[in-house]
Amino acid sequence: MSILSGWGRTPKAACHVVRARTEGDVAASLGDTTLIARGNGRSYGDSALNPALTLDMRGMDRMLSFDAESGTLVAEAGVLLEDIIDTFLPRGWFPAVTPGTKFVSLGGAIAADVHGKNHHRDGAFGSFVDWIEVMGADGQVTRASRDGNSDLFGYTLGGMGLTGVILRAQIRLRRVESGWIVQQTLPTGTLEEAIDAFEANLDALYSVAWIDCATQGRHLGRSLVMLGHHATPDELPSDKRRKPFAVKRKRAKRVPLDFPGLALNRYSVRAFNELYYRMGARKAGRAIVDWDTYFYPLDAILDWNRIYGTRGFFQFQCVLPTDTARAGMHQLVERIAASGQGSFLSVLKRFGAQESRFSFPQEGYTLALDFPANDRSLALMDTLDRITLENGGRFYLAKDGRVPRTVFSQADPRAAEFAALRREQGWDRAFASLQSERLGL
Amino acid sequence: MKGGPVLILGATSGMAREIARSFAACGHPIQLAARNVARLEDDRADLETRHGVAVTLHEFDALDLASHKGFVEGLPALPDIAVCAVGAMGTQEENAANPEKGAMVMRANFEGPASILGHLANAMEARGSGTLVGISSVAGDRGRASNYVYGSAKAGFTAFLSGLRNRLAKTGVHVLTVKPGFVATAMTEGMDLPEKLTADPKEVGHAIRIAVQSQKNVIYIRPVWRLIMAIIKAIPEPIFKKTEI
Ligand SMILES: Cc1cc2nc3c(=O)[nH]c(=O)nc-3n(C[C@H](O)[C@H](O)[C@H](O)COP(=O)(O)OP(=O)(O)OC[C@H]3O[C@@H](n4cnc5c(N)ncnc54)[C@H](O)[C@@H]3O)c2cc1C
Ligand SMILES: NC(=O)c1ccc[n+]([C@@H]2O[C@H](COP(=O)([O-])OP(=O)(O)OC[C@H]3O[C@@H](n4cnc5c(N)ncnc54)[C@H](OP(=O)(O)O)[C@@H]3O)[C@@H](O)[C@H]2O)c1
Repeated sequence: MSILSGWGRTPKAACHVVRARTEGDVAASLGDTTLIARGNGRSYGDSALNPALTLDMRGMDRMLSFDAESGTLVAEAGVLLEDIIDTFLPRGWFPAVTPGTKFVSLGGAIAADVHGKNHHRDGAFGSFVDWIEVMGADGQVTRASRDGNSDLFGYTLGGMGLTGVILRAQIRLRRVESGWIVQQTLPTGTLEEAIDAFEANLDALYSVAWIDCATQGRHLGRSLVMLGHHATPDELPSDKRRKPFAVKRKRAKRVPLDFPGLALNRYSVRAFNELYYRMGARKAGRAIVDWDTYFYPLDAILDWNRIYGTRGFFQFQCVLPTDTARAGMHQLVERIAASGQGSFLSVLKRFGAQESRFSFPQEGYTLALDFPANDRSLALMDTLDRITLENGGRFYLAKDGRVPRTVFSQADPRAAEFAALRREQGWDRAFASLQSERLGL
Repeated sequence: MKGGPVLILGATSGMAREIARSFAACGHPIQLAARNVARLEDDRADLETRHGVAVTLHEFDALDLASHKGFVEGLPALPDIAVCAVGAMGTQEENAANPEKGAMVMRANFEGPASILGHLANAMEARGSGTLVGISSVAGDRGRASNYVYGSAKAGFTAFLSGLRNRLAKTGVHVLTVKPGFVATAMTEGMDLPEKLTADPKEVGHAIRIAVQSQKNVIYIRPVWRLIMAIIKAIPEPIFKKTEI
């Protein structure tokens, strides 16, 4: 038994953990109880927890083939995006979609159908998956793609491990000409201006905003909208142009201890937000930054989740459809700022349209932020749930450890269909997580 | 980057996978040896895909002593570096209850590995260069009730490696003894190991490559193990025999 949690360190559960190193290990774990596959544990809540059996997939981490013409990689599900970047960036390839941490597994990226800063242009991770191989409840391995076994394919993207265990996948990487990003920072004085900036820059490959959720009034929701694209050699200064992929990896730091709960309070958070905005605004304009700093600023501090203390934290992430996004986001940010519980890093992002069976993204705007786990923030998040519902929004399972079942199913009518399909296919008797039980999936 | 071939014996082991990666990342061609090499196809693909090195597969059974000489002669090239990760633990209860089982554990951890490294040593000595790496264990530092069958075999293997190092010291052949401490692999799956004392196989791969390059003699993967074992070895026998560790 090990005490496990997601990245938010709450909820915690004593789980029987088995590490799978081969397909045979996965087959051998099926049967007696339900199980859930676990990748690198970077989902925040209870998606990858099952007390009866949590199957650690990091032991299946082999890369099986790479086609240097098309940039297609076949790999086992436990391979991390970090490994993919280390291996292929020097050869001119980068993940076509990446979340805000490189410490996720291929299986986790597929199961959550993760999105990156280019969702408005390219869709989610699944857009670049050609096929997956999934082990079902009976131990049979099925290869699924858009053309064959398309239901299994569709529901496994975003299906949070509830359709079976992903063993391998074929994905397409993006060709890039350097390890550098041309970043453009646009400071905006309000939330409305931030949304205007997103709408005016739909052709930028990457766009994301850091949003101040601590300041009320005139500057409500002021943001730093950050655009970016992969630098071509002629965009680089001559010292970098000679070796465009040579980026010095900075040594990641560790958080030595759990911060006491006091370290984070409304004053420190407001002061941080003020400082961050001012520093960002001063650096406004164009800059060349390395890929690691641009995509994964939080990875520079390993274990940063410990700054919230041992009680852990929740992440709230919703998406509101385009027609209600402006008004709805305004209500959300207003509530958060008024509560004085805004967090260090709140992120606002424009999503493009996406067809999916059970993936999170839909066209509109998504807001993501952390709250320390305490009664006040839980009450606030209940209010944010209600605002999300009123505005026709939905919630991201990879971030969730607390949304009530009724709220989730109201927000996402697909939940009932997915649950019915799980029963019909017998998936519910083999694959379950604390999250699927909490939400009745 | 390039280097001579590295042979990995017991290549299906969790540590072996990371040891092979660590050397392949530096450009060494890799020879993977194990029982039933069909199981190594994915590992071969992995090393080729990640590091673009040549990988060959070789059928090898540590217990089939008669085959060892031919195995070494049949390799496409005598390796620059040979790492033996072969080992088996069984369970102490079984090994104690059934001494025949215990003897098999001894053979897999001592006799087999010593035999194959012996053949490789002779060939490397004749050539005048090479590095031999034996993965032994802290369990061999002192026999304990909880693990003494496996431990005694590792103790034998540690002594063998030490003697071999001594014998070859002036021949250009170097011998490295590795005492990993706890490592999260299939061998320890399901055991309740203290996190701070348990290394990831990646740490092992990295540490062995560095130790080979800097010609270390004996390494513990996590340094605290050196201290722990010094204390365990220092406890006087009359007290030690009553402890449970
Ligand atoms: C700092 C940080 C930034 C992040 N930024 C983003 C972001 O920008 N966009 C975004 O979309 N997400 C983001 N995330 C969330 C993260 O990308 C997802 O939670 C992702 O699923 C984590 O992958 P993992 O390998 O750690 O999976 P885990 O957290 O271990 O598991 C996540 C889910 O995947 C399932 N799963 C894992 N492996 C398999 C498998 N082999 N077969 C079947 N199911 C499997 C699990 O059952 C679980 O439901 C971020 C997380 C962090 C910590
Ligand atoms: N894990 C630990 O905590 C730990 C600690 C100290 C030392 N060690 C030692 O480290 C080494 C590697 O072990 P590991 O932890 O990586 O465990 P492992 O995955 O169980 O590896 C053991 C390896 O030995 C091989 N083997 C056993 N008998 C063999 C034989 N007759 N012929 C050929 N190969 C044989 C196994 O091959 P098959 O797949 O064919 O069975 C397997 O590849 C072992 O020597 C072990 O004793 C481990």
